[in-house]
Amino acid sequence: MARAMTDGGHPAPASTMMTAEGVPLKVSLRRAERRRRLTAFLLAVPVLVFILVTFVVPIADMALNSVRNPEIATHLPETAAALQEWDGEGVPGEPVFAALAKDLAAAAEARTSGLVGARLNYEISGMRSTIQRAARRADRLEAPFREAFIELDDIWGDPVTWRVIKRESHPYTPSFFLAALDRTYDDEGNIVKVASNQEIYVPLFMRTLWISLAITALTLLLGFPIAYLMAHLPMRTGNLLMILVLLPFWTSLLVRTTSWIVLLQQQGVINDILVWVGVIGDDGRLTMVHNLNGTIVAMTHILLPFMVLPLYSVMRTIPPVYMRAARSLGANQWTAFWRVYVPQTTPGIGAGGVLVFILAVGYYITPALVGGQSGQMISNYIAYHMQRSLNWGLAAALGTILLAGVVALYYLYNKIIGVDRLKLG
Amino acid sequence: MAVPTYAGPLERTWYYAFRFICALIFFFLIAPILVVVPLSFNAEPYFTFTREMLTFDPDGYSLRWYRDFWTSDSWMSSIRNSFLIATGATVVATVLGTLAALGLSRSHMPFRATIMGILISPMIVPLIISAAGMFFFYSRIGLAQTYLGIILAHAALGTPFVVITVTATLSGFDYSLTRAAANLGADPTTTFFKVTMPLILPGVISGALFAFITSLDEVVIVLFLASVEQRTIPREMWSGIREAISPTILAVATILITISVLLLVSLEFLRRRNERLRGIRE
Repeated sequence: MARAMTDGGHPAPASTMMTAEGVPLKVSLRRAERRRRLTAFLLAVPVLVFILVTFVVPIADMALNSVRNPEIATHLPETAAALQEWDGEGVPGEPVFAALAKDLAAAAEARTSGLVGARLNYEISGMRSTIQRAARRADRLEAPFREAFIELDDIWGDPVTWRVIKRESHPYTPSFFLAALDRTYDDEGNIVKVASNQEIYVPLFMRTLWISLAITALTLLLGFPIAYLMAHLPMRTGNLLMILVLLPFWTSLLVRTTSWIVLLQQQGVINDILVWVGVIGDDGRLTMVHNLNGTIVAMTHILLPFMVLPLYSVMRTIPPVYMRAARSLGANQWTAFWRVYVPQTTPGIGAGGVLVFILAVGYYITPALVGGQSGQMISNYIAYHMQRSLNWGLAAALGTILLAGVVALYYLYNKIIGVDRLKLG
Repeated sequence: MAVPTYAGPLERTWYYAFRFICALIFFFLIAPILVVVPLSFNAEPYFTFTREMLTFDPDGYSLRWYRDFWTSDSWMSSIRNSFLIATGATVVATVLGTLAALGLSRSHMPFRATIMGILISPMIVPLIISAAGMFFFYSRIGLAQTYLGIILAHAALGTPFVVITVTATLSGFDYSLTRAAANLGADPTTTFFKVTMPLILPGVISGALFAFITSLDEVVIVLFLASVEQRTIPREMWSGIREAISPTILAVATILITISVLLLVSLEFLRRRNERLRGIRE
């Protein structure tokens, strides 16, 4: 509106207030407002661009990796094209095999046959060597190619092989997500659950969830009493005790994890004390680390400050008069505490709980160092597929599922509590 | 919170039992950190107290793991790397984060919630996911296995801390002071450096400290992005724990604990100064 008036150059009605320059006051104010909004926004632009480029784009790119499937489409282009004609029944005809021979010869030349082999190996185990062998001889194969290939390896005569190649020749695939959810294709191409003894990731997600829930519950159980104590002691004593919470918070994660190994291992401090006291014999030393117990104890210790700090800041603001009123109205100590005090701490419990849970679900370092086999979480498998098995598509799919969960929680947290109210130290 | 005079014997018992439980929890929090300090002076390559140590025999104690640390090339280069990377990341995060906080704390900021959400996200996204994403992307643009790559990655992780602390400091900021400065003829730059900056400095410094310690303690991204050349202290500790476990890491741990105590003290000092500065104004 304002823009139309000024840009159009229509004189404002005489009754409007004017500034010294002769512009209607309303317009001038609106313009100033717009300029201030722009300045405020411009201040945030550099950091926004920075975070987008260094952080958001890389993660979005990784998420796309979970559906990207370029190997067959790029490195076996003619085969992929020839397979479009094929109806999926029986073994494809000679043109497909001829295209495959041509593609494989080219792939061997360009040294890309390994990529194709690795990709197909995720779907049919053993395909890596089959492809390598075929690629090595591809330029010496002669027509009829169909017979030549089947003579090389029976697998080329199996319709299932061809259905898989056709399916995966599309540049995008859901197969990594299917694998991440313990689903697979059967021979007819239907999505089915994998055999129950091969289920890995769904149980792993479940275990990650319950470990995180257990840790959240433990931090609440341990954090609530000390937050309560600190909030109700005189300021000076409370602050002194706060140092005992903040020191672990500020101490390196690796240091705290090391400490727990020192304490919990078989030749460690706690076992030594137990042997010395006589609770256990020297040969009956407890295995407390490099298993699930190690993960839970160490992570509870590491995440406890994240529960105590929000609880404490909420408890400080609860006026003591409600408790006194409850007592004077006849409630006993427990009733007053449970029915009057605890409900007032729910914002703190919510904030601390969501924070601890979010952090726990994605934890990597501590489970990797003290978790042994039974204390591994989803992050550890993501790292495994990133670094060892090099199945990046699967790593990305697992990561995307984890990220979606965390983002959903973060959104909830933001809606309920607001990131602005996040306090540090 | 003393025992009320009207408390019965049950309440009295509970009062002391509660204190005892709290003492145990505080012990759980602090003991694991303190236990490594004496163990780092162990004369033997064990991770537990030897008989000599328990009887306070001077022979049971030694500085050999500190000497080990001090004479090891890989540990020394990891210190250099850690401080180089942490300093670089802190500078980037502090400058960018402070600018953003200045914008975000104005009432005229458009899309405030969305921008805040994006800026805080590096703190919330699991590190393994950030590391995986950065690994692919930085490799493609040639930033993997370079100092610059790790500095940028750590700066991204540190930025939310600066944004949060500086925004918090600015929430009590009295804008009539900047208007007064402008009224007295100062241009915006002068106003910023002479009026705004000194007042928000405690917030900026504590944000910078958070960013610094985040980088100093970060290992997942270093695991994915760094080559042998860029190994940092936590990266060395990681291999120390995983591969060759020697009490040298206890010596390093003790040094790091000392650093965190120093940081804690300086933060507390800043907090008090901040309160004092605000106290003057109010």
